[in-house]
Amino acid sequence: MIGIINYGLGNIQAIVTVYKRLNIDCKVITQAHQCKEADKYILPGVGSFDYGMKRFRSSDVFYALEEAVIQGKKPILGICLGMQMLADSSEEGLENGLGWIPGRVLKLVSNDPIKVKLPHMGWNNISPIKDNHLFKGLNSSYFYFVHSYYFEPNDTANSIATTNYTKEFTCAVNRENIYGVQFHPEKSHEFGMMLLKNYSEI
Amino acid sequence: MLLPRVIPCLLVHEKGLVKSIKFKDYKYIGDPINAVRIFNEKKVDELIVLDIDASATNLEPDMKMIKNLADECRMPLCYGGGIKTVSQAGRIINLGVEKVAISSAAVENPDLISQISKELGSQSVIVVLDIKKKLLGRYEIYIHNGKKSTGLDLFSYLKVVVEKGAGEIVINSIDNDGMMNGYDIKLAKSVYDAISIPLIFLGGCGSQDDIKKLVEETGTIGAAAGSLFVFKGPHKAVLINYPNREDKEKLFKNITGETIL
Repeated sequence: MIGIINYGLGNIQAIVTVYKRLNIDCKVITQAHQCKEADKYILPGVGSFDYGMKRFRSSDVFYALEEAVIQGKKPILGICLGMQMLADSSEEGLENGLGWIPGRVLKLVSNDPIKVKLPHMGWNNISPIKDNHLFKGLNSSYFYFVHSYYFEPNDTANSIATTNYTKEFTCAVNRENIYGVQFHPEKSHEFGMMLLKNYSEI
Repeated sequence: MLLPRVIPCLLVHEKGLVKSIKFKDYKYIGDPINAVRIFNEKKVDELIVLDIDASATNLEPDMKMIKNLADECRMPLCYGGGIKTVSQAGRIINLGVEKVAISSAAVENPDLISQISKELGSQSVIVVLDIKKKLLGRYEIYIHNGKKSTGLDLFSYLKVVVEKGAGEIVINSIDNDGMMNGYDIKLAKSVYDAISIPLIFLGGCGSQDDIKKLVEETGTIGAAAGSLFVFKGPHKAVLINYPNREDKEKLFKNITGETIL
């Protein structure tokens, strides 16, 4: 069963809707004791880095989830801000990140701000660069992005897909049981459904 | 590469969907949730839903309706109407809406843009500017669903919107609303050249060729339309429609220069 972490930020219901359509069991987790019911997790998130980190750290689920992911090695998938929070830190704020995948969150910078406008908003194609189950059947796919910052992992081996806007940057990360995607699979039609299905099979 | 976005813009009036002409003469289109379901099947790039009663009548955003829309929507959703505070914007984002659109409130209180941007991230704040063409090629901003003039010049105000940290601007032409005679291409180009944040243009679109023209000639990546996606035929019969992926691929092949998929 997939546990979708609800700490007050991010699009919980859209993820539930996709899994319902896929007939895959999922549950919204808001309290610590519910964590053990799931065998993997999704960490959504929308908003600014500090706001998200504060909300997550002070949520009821935080310590139980940390234990399940770090000691229990259960898979977790961070989406958008949920992915950025996996990093050590972010240029967007002062709070510490989770540090579950070593790396920093950096601001996208445009050399031609009129032609290449920011934030990066809309449908962009991605290039999976590692043979990872998350991208099975998704070699040629488009996902919906809406962000101004991106995750740069310290170890390039943790980058599993890139996209290109202002420059080529990492849009999906993986280290052991921890996964993250910058785009919104829950809002990316059949490509997103496929990715969320792949994740359920990991 | 980042693809152009073709965006249906739906107007909610007295709980139903309507389409207007020059912000008046509402024609009933149907039930909002039903429309969202059809647009889901048509795999639209993004959807904008504007509650046109909320600001004009000083109502709070209808959270129940927004939740229903967000639950149903399988594509990115932008909601606007009646948002006046950061906390309302936050609640709406938490209901599963990707972007909140502010219009009247952004003009009356530009600091609201920076407040929402700071808390929710600039990518979540969309500013919608309703405009009318004036003498000497000037464009003036209107608020309260086109009912109230502000005296503000569009181009001076664009700078404010960008500086305050908006994530995207929607330019909505009151003169062209529902006319289906094509976008104001010259204006779109001038706005595109004036801002460093993404632009959505709305008002006047009557055909897929209009979309192609907007994207090719101005660089604008967001082409929004109301009438085109809810009416069919010369008598404007209500029929929800949207170009399929092959149509869009053909439409944008000069820009993408490649097969999209």
